[in-house]
Amino acid sequence: MTPVLFQRARVIDPRNGVDGVRDVLVTDGRVAQVSEAPLPAPKDARVVDATDKWLVPGFIDLHVHLREPGEEGKETVLTGCRAAVAGGFTGVVAMPNTKVVNDSALVTELVLSRARDAGLCHVYPAGAITKGLKGEELSEAGELIGAGCVALTDDGRPVMNAGLMRRVLQYATQFDVPVMVHEEDLTLSAGGAMHEGATSTRLGLRGIPSSAEVAMVARDLVLLEETKGRLHVAHVSCEGSVRLIREAKQRGLRVTCEVAPHHFTLDDRAVGDYDTHAKMAPPLRGDVDVKALREALVDGTVDAIATDHAPHGVSDKLVEFEKGINGIVGLETALGLTLALVHEGVLTPRRAVELLSDGPARVFGLPGGHLAPGAPADITLLSPSEEWTVDAHRFYSRSRNTPFHGRTLKGRVTQTWVGGRCVFEDGQLKESR
Amino acid sequence: MRHLLGIAGWRRDELEALLDRAQAHLPGGPDASHVLRGRVVANLFFEDSTRTRSSFEVAARKLGADVLNWSYAGSSVSKGETLLDTARNIEAMGPAVIVIRHRSSGAPGLVARHVKCAVVNAGDGAHEHPSQALLDAFTLRQRWGRLDGRTVLIVGDVLHSRVARSNLLCLKALGARVVLCGPPTLLPPGLEEMGGEVTHQLDAVLPQADAVMCLRLQTERMSEAFLPSQREYSRLFGITPARAERMKPDALVLHPGPINRGVELSPVVADGPRSVILEQVANGVAVRRAILEACAS
Ligand SMILES: [Zn+2]
Repeated sequence: MTPVLFQRARVIDPRNGVDGVRDVLVTDGRVAQVSEAPLPAPKDARVVDATDKWLVPGFIDLHVHLREPGEEGKETVLTGCRAAVAGGFTGVVAMPNTKVVNDSALVTELVLSRARDAGLCHVYPAGAITKGLKGEELSEAGELIGAGCVALTDDGRPVMNAGLMRRVLQYATQFDVPVMVHEEDLTLSAGGAMHEGATSTRLGLRGIPSSAEVAMVARDLVLLEETKGRLHVAHVSCEGSVRLIREAKQRGLRVTCEVAPHHFTLDDRAVGDYDTHAKMAPPLRGDVDVKALREALVDGTVDAIATDHAPHGVSDKLVEFEKGINGIVGLETALGLTLALVHEGVLTPRRAVELLSDGPARVFGLPGGHLAPGAPADITLLSPSEEWTVDAHRFYSRSRNTPFHGRTLKGRVTQTWVGGRCVFEDGQLKESR
Repeated sequence: MRHLLGIAGWRRDELEALLDRAQAHLPGGPDASHVLRGRVVANLFFEDSTRTRSSFEVAARKLGADVLNWSYAGSSVSKGETLLDTARNIEAMGPAVIVIRHRSSGAPGLVARHVKCAVVNAGDGAHEHPSQALLDAFTLRQRWGRLDGRTVLIVGDVLHSRVARSNLLCLKALGARVVLCGPPTLLPPGLEEMGGEVTHQLDAVLPQADAVMCLRLQTERMSEAFLPSQREYSRLFGITPARAERMKPDALVLHPGPINRGVELSPVVADGPRSVILEQVANGVAVRRAILEACAS
C-alpha cells in the first residue's frame, strides 16, 4: 500500500488533544506519524498538500438506514456507502429495520458482505432487539453480536413493553453492547404528523407532543439505573430529554445519546406549507428545543452527531402531508450543517470534530475516531469555509429526500480515506472495482 | 386566476372586495348566468359533504358553468391512485376551477402546486374552510355593517375544526375580536399566535359576545377520549335556552351545520330569533358565486 504524506494540514484530533498544523504520515493503512516538524516524504509516497485544510479522524455515523435487503430502490449498501464517503464518513452503523429485518446472523452477514463488495467504508450492522421488530420476543443477541453487530436496536419503533425493555437492558450487559432506543410513546404520538405547537395548530395537523419522547426517556433511565445496562438514546429531539440525560450522566448512569443535524438546524416552522421533506420521526421540534439541543452539543450531554439517514422515493413524499413517509437523507449534508454551528460560534472546531468522530467511536466502541500512531488511517480532509449549494439531484445516495435542497452550506469534504486508501476525492468516488 | 386555499395570506381589502362582490350575487341581483357559461367547475369531494358540495354546485350553475361532480365513493382512489393522479385526470378535462374537499390538511395546496387551473379549498382536514368563513363574515356584516369592535365567540371542538381556524383568521382580518372557548383537550396550543383569545369558562365570556358561533361536535371524538361524554360536553359548552338568556339581547347565533340538536345547540335556540343559521345557508351560495367568479377570471 502506497504511503501517504499529508503536508501542512490543520490536524484536529480531539482524543489526543491535537489542534494545530501538522504533517501526517500514513503507512500500511495506519497512521504512522503526526509531526509538528515537516516530515520527509518516503520513497513512492503520495504527497498531499493540505494547506488550509482540516485533517480529522474519519466521521462515524451511528444511525444510517441502508435499506438493503428489501428496499433497494431507495438505497443499497453500495449507494449508501457512496453517500457516506462523499459526506466524509468512514464508518456507518446500519439500522436493522430493513425489509428482511436484521434479527439473524444471516442478514448481518449479508450486509457485511455487501459492504465488503462495495469496498468504500466500514459498515457496522446493528441487530434488532426483538424478532421481526415486533416488540414481543428478544432476538438472539449473542448470535447477532457474534456475527458482527455492534448494538441492539428496534429503531423506527419504540420498545413499548417496559418489561421487555428491562430484560434487554439486563441481557445485553453480558455482551457489553449498547441498547439503542427510538423513544416514542405511541399512545402519545398516535395520529400525529408533526410537533405539537403553534405550527401544527395553524396547519390543522395532529401534533406529537414532546412528552411522547420525554416520557420514554424517563422510563428507560429508570430501567437503566436498575439494570446497570448501557443505553443509547437515538435522535434526541427535545429539551426535556436532554435535561433527563444530562442529570442521568451526572449520576453516573451509562447513558449516551445522539442528535441529528436536522434537529439542531430546523424547527417545526420548516414544515411551512406542508413540506413533506420536513416530515420525520421524531418531528422537528420548537425553537426552545433547538436551543436546548445546541447547548447539549456544547456541554457534552450529547455524545455524537448522527444523521438518521433515511432514504425514500419521490412518490413517498409527493402526497398529502399526513400520508408522507418519515425521514430525510443526511449523509451528504451533515458536515455542512455541523460546521454551520462552528461558523455561528456555537461549537468550537474541536468539539464539532469530536461529535462526528471520537464521540461516536466511543459510544459504540468502534475502531477509529482518532489519529494516534497505529490508529487506522480513516481520515477526512475538508475545506472548512468552502461554500457550496446543496443539489439533491447530485447526491450519491439513491434518494433525494432532503429539506436542504438549495441551501448554501459552508464546509466541504475534499478527500475521504479509509484504511489508508483514498475513496473520495474532489467530488469523485475512487472505487476499487 | 387565483387559488382560494385558505384565509391565510389574504389581506383585509381583498377579503372585503370578495364580500362586496358576493353582495351582487344575492337573490334579486343582476343576472350572472353568462359569467362562467361554457366553462367547467369540477367538484372533487374526497370526503362526504352534501351541503358544501350542493352549495358550490348551485353557485356554479347560477353562473352558467357546467358542473363535474367527482366523489370518493367508488372511485379509483381506493385502487391506489394518488391524489395527484386524480387531480391531473380531472385537470385533463379542462375545468376552470377545481373545488376540493379532502380529509387531509394541505391536500388542496398540494393539488394547486401541480395543476394549471384555479383551486378552491372546500375544507381540508383540520386546516381551513375559507368559503364557510367568508359566508359567516358576510352574514355578520349583513347584520352589523362592520365587524370592527365586535366580539365573536367560537365554542367547541377547535382542535379538529377547519371552520374555527378560517373564521379566526377571517374575523380578525375584518377587525373583530375572537374568543375561542372549549374544553382544554379540544383547544390546541398556539391559537393566541393566530390572534385568538382562549378560555374554558363559557359562562364568563358569554355576556361579552356579539355573536356565538357553535362548532359541530364530532361524536367520533368521544371514542378517542377527548371528552368524557356528550352529556358532560352539552352541560359545559352547549348553548341552552338558559345560556341564551344571559347573552346580549341582540347577540347572534351561528352554526356551520349540520347541527347535533341538543348537544352543542338546543333546538329552541337554533330555531329562535337569535339564529342566523338559514341566512348562512342562503348567503353561502352568493359567497361561493363570488369565489368562483374571482377564481375563474
Ligand atoms: Zn428512529
